[in-house]
Amino acid sequence: MADLVKLTIDGREVQVPPQTLVIDAAKTAGIEIPAFCYYEGLSLAAACRMCLVEVEKMPKLMTACTLPVSEGMVVRTETPQVAQARKYTLEFLLTNHPLDCPVCDKGGECELQDMTFRYGAGESRFTEEKVHTPEKQFSPVVFFDAPRCILCFRCVRVCNEGMGVNALGVVNRGVVSEIAPNVGDHLECDECGACIDICPVGALTSGAYRYKTRPWEMTHVGTICTHCADGCKTTLGTRNDRIIRGNNRDRSGINGEFLCIKGRYAFDFYDHPDRLLTPLVRNGGKLEEVSWSKALEVVSQKFNQTLADEGRFGVIGSNHTTNEENFYLQKFAREVLHTNNIDHHRTGDVVTLLDALSGKAAKLGTVADLYQSKAVLVLGADLALEHPLLSWQVRANYRHHQAHVYAVTPGPVREDKYATAKVRGRDYESLRDKLKAERELVILFDDSYRGDDIRKLAEFGESLGIPVKFICLVDYANSRGAVDMGLTPELLPGYQPSGQPGMHAHEMIAADLSVLWVVGANPLKGAGQGPGVRRPGFLVVQDMFLTETAQQADVVLPAACAYEKNGTVTNTTGEVQRLTRAVNVMGAKPDLEIMGFVAREMGVAPVMGPWLPDKVFEEIRKSVRGYQVPAPVLATGGAAQTMPVNGRIPIENRHDLVQSDHNGLFSSGTLGRYSKVLHSVLESRLSR
Amino acid sequence: MLYNEPSPLETRVLSRRFGMPNSASIETYLATDGYRAFLKASKMTPEQIIEEVKVSNLRGRGGAGFPTGMKWSFVPRTSLKPKYIVVNGDESEPGTCKDRVLIENDPHQLIEGVLIAGLAVDARAGYIYVRGEYRYLIEVIEKALAEAYAKGWLGKNIQGTGFDFDLYVHTGAGAYECGEESALLESLEGKRGVPRIRPPFPAVVGAFQCPTVLNNVETFCSVPPIIRDGGAAFAALGVPKAGGTKMTCLTGHVNKPGVYELKLGFPVKQMIEEVGGGIRNGKKLKAFIPGGSSCPVLTAAELEGATMDYDSMAARKTMLGSGGVIIMDEDTCMVKAALRIMRFYAHESCGWCIPCREGTTWLRKILTRFHAGQGTKTDINLIGDISKNMLGRTFCPLGDAAAMPTLSIVEKFRHEFEDHLNGKPCPYEKAGAGGRGSGVGELVGA
Repeated sequence: MADLVKLTIDGREVQVPPQTLVIDAAKTAGIEIPAFCYYEGLSLAAACRMCLVEVEKMPKLMTACTLPVSEGMVVRTETPQVAQARKYTLEFLLTNHPLDCPVCDKGGECELQDMTFRYGAGESRFTEEKVHTPEKQFSPVVFFDAPRCILCFRCVRVCNEGMGVNALGVVNRGVVSEIAPNVGDHLECDECGACIDICPVGALTSGAYRYKTRPWEMTHVGTICTHCADGCKTTLGTRNDRIIRGNNRDRSGINGEFLCIKGRYAFDFYDHPDRLLTPLVRNGGKLEEVSWSKALEVVSQKFNQTLADEGRFGVIGSNHTTNEENFYLQKFAREVLHTNNIDHHRTGDVVTLLDALSGKAAKLGTVADLYQSKAVLVLGADLALEHPLLSWQVRANYRHHQAHVYAVTPGPVREDKYATAKVRGRDYESLRDKLKAERELVILFDDSYRGDDIRKLAEFGESLGIPVKFICLVDYANSRGAVDMGLTPELLPGYQPSGQPGMHAHEMIAADLSVLWVVGANPLKGAGQGPGVRRPGFLVVQDMFLTETAQQADVVLPAACAYEKNGTVTNTTGEVQRLTRAVNVMGAKPDLEIMGFVAREMGVAPVMGPWLPDKVFEEIRKSVRGYQVPAPVLATGGAAQTMPVNGRIPIENRHDLVQSDHNGLFSSGTLGRYSKVLHSVLESRLSR
Repeated sequence: MLYNEPSPLETRVLSRRFGMPNSASIETYLATDGYRAFLKASKMTPEQIIEEVKVSNLRGRGGAGFPTGMKWSFVPRTSLKPKYIVVNGDESEPGTCKDRVLIENDPHQLIEGVLIAGLAVDARAGYIYVRGEYRYLIEVIEKALAEAYAKGWLGKNIQGTGFDFDLYVHTGAGAYECGEESALLESLEGKRGVPRIRPPFPAVVGAFQCPTVLNNVETFCSVPPIIRDGGAAFAALGVPKAGGTKMTCLTGHVNKPGVYELKLGFPVKQMIEEVGGGIRNGKKLKAFIPGGSSCPVLTAAELEGATMDYDSMAARKTMLGSGGVIIMDEDTCMVKAALRIMRFYAHESCGWCIPCREGTTWLRKILTRFHAGQGTKTDINLIGDISKNMLGRTFCPLGDAAAMPTLSIVEKFRHEFEDHLNGKPCPYEKAGAGGRGSGVGELVGA
């Protein structure tokens, strides 16, 4: 390409686009220029002076992180002068650093350690007293140890620029400069912990992890967060089958740099003391602990008996279970139990959107589109609270690409601050002229848009005359997958009409069914059933906790959580990703396995087929429209967008059943109720 | 008010109204050619104004000595953004006290200089940024601004020229760092006073992301005489590469310390002996700092033939700087002088970049220990080494400002450091010398 700039770095010729910084240009040639304060995507600081390099015709060493390339530039990164500068910058840094590495959380994955090892001096000439200040707690999850801080200002920048929160700042001057909350002595923020992940040293540490282990003692497992529908990759650090830490270690997910409090800390529900680890069977009005074989026997006998008696079944599935489990469950219901009485809690009207877009290509937005599109229109949702990753993407798009953001929401939202236009209410029509002038657009909408609203919106998008993509927001980790897998009475997997729609969830709860089988859902919560009043029929519940529904069950089968199983989930933008088991749990079983065992006990295993996640996924790939995704992408931890039905969905869509829970940053349905971290943050806010 | 008697050796251009009754009032100003330069400039094209300033060989008086006309010519006048004029009145360099005298005695001269700069770059608004410790000057400036607005020398359609200009005064909060132009702009915008990455320079991206002319108080004050009497006349006052006069702050161990306006190229010896009345108590000169504490010190021997101008000082590997001359006599302990200077820089380091933040405090700690007789031989080399590791590697020039004097003292007065190695308190501290101990500690810090 003609418009590349040619320069020489350490004798190697490098060609990069104009305006590339020398530090990035070097990276393309595989040359590492060390830096603390430089962080891709954040504003430049040039504060750490580690990236000093020699540039021909420049009188002194230059910071590679602020120097744009120019034609014919000659850069040297490994001269004696550069080596000397790095070594003594590190010496400066270490003068007031406490060197408490043996007890520091960061020890082993500390950038200061690594740099000192590579470029520093083994000995220090510093013999004076170090500056010391006591450790501070900024919030339930953020601790700050000022002496360890090297003042690279990454945390301040990620909080301000990345999160748009601006909770961290700097106080004092000179050597006693300190990172501090901008409001008093505590953080008023999303508690996302990005400041902790981005800290190159052990200055900012996590309240959930500190002093628990050394990093090298953990096994790191990248999997998908089980809370909201954004589908962030979280890396779980485990030791002896315990999850010790959640963070964003390899940044390889669709979330890039981002994780919110739930993805980082709220894995802790998995070992809540109330976690069910033994099957329960009702005996004389009370739930009693029994063995797995006993519980499975009770369930399978009841199921077979009901089939023989031609009794009625009802099945309610989950927003959290995997695609494999959902597929298997609907198959079980339809092929073994011979019923279309199958449903789940619908949190967004995906069906109408797909129907409205039928026959059109490239209309579904991805998480990446939100970062790249020239314009984004947010309808209804408070993204920063309900879909923190999507909010992050939009912010980053604005910061890096000056994207135009439009917010049409009922109340003030974080996007307002940089929005090209904001409208309170639902009148997106008023933005027509502005949107027409855009080159492309991604429209996000929440559950306040359903049915005809969405059809109108699709027509509106079409009428703009620019490429428009849509994202239908849903609530939970696999809410989208549940619809895709046919957990509705009207639709089979892949949005095929079921022919004879069965009952939906509300009807099933009210009806006099012989058996109601609830997998990973809590439909009786708030269903108007007073304590002690049991619904009629035989109730089988698979769950992690003794929820309102489980309390009324005849059999409770303890289920594994998303971090204890393999499988796939589909996020709100229809991107399917793979869960990887991080820990094994004694007592509870993955729902797929439970269903498989029930099938085996019932003698229907040949009908149902194998209950291994990979085998079921193969079946999904073969039989569910839209799921013909490339297997290697998933196997290597990537995300593949599903391409659902591209034709009309000829059913009577019950969009009136769509109801989002509108979880905020610190709640997450049933799971959130069992997360100590989320509780501690909420409590800290109440006590202020 | 004036703090010292004028000297007959002065060339009073900027200070010509000093000592007149009500010298700060607009009446006095108008009665003595005030605002005439502005009226003249309003009939000139911007190019002509900048050319006149270039001809005058005016160089920035804040310390760096960058040619002012060239700086102004960097402003993209055709930019659609508003342009701003910012006056750097954050005079914080130890030894420097000229801007306050200029503001206090003749604020309208500054205002007129700003107006002319506004004409030159098509700016419609300006800010006078005054250091936090000069709070009392804000009253002076505000009074002058009110007078100027009242008499139509500021505001809309100034004196029927069709030129609008608004001028505001803004105060710092007591940070030396805010004297650095980009940190000043951050502070002006209400942010933490830390420097910005340059380029872009303020001329292109300055206050509020707009093109900005940012000069020292004295630089702006030099502009009205240049326009009024012509750039050539101003240039003729100085030396070939630097025109005009320099407000020189004579501080330290001289008999008559004070602010004197001297032609650039004024002989140093004559300045000390005749303007300053010689070294106090008939002592000998030991060390000389030409332009504020950030300049490398010169020994008496090095001053042979030296003149007060940029080139003469550069030839001696130091700088004319801000014109804050510090004179130290033979009773001065140079270790203590280095310590006092470093105490200042360690206290004032903004904390943004590592070498300055850590280096200044480390040096302060070593020098404190050293001066107390707890030093070791390796410390002497270490002091020099730390200074060298700071030099040229910090984000802004203030790291150099801390390193240069220290390095020069340890190189030129190494024997004094060695004399401190006997484990006893400072051998140079002579009770009663100059009546104030060794003096320089109080002088440079105050």
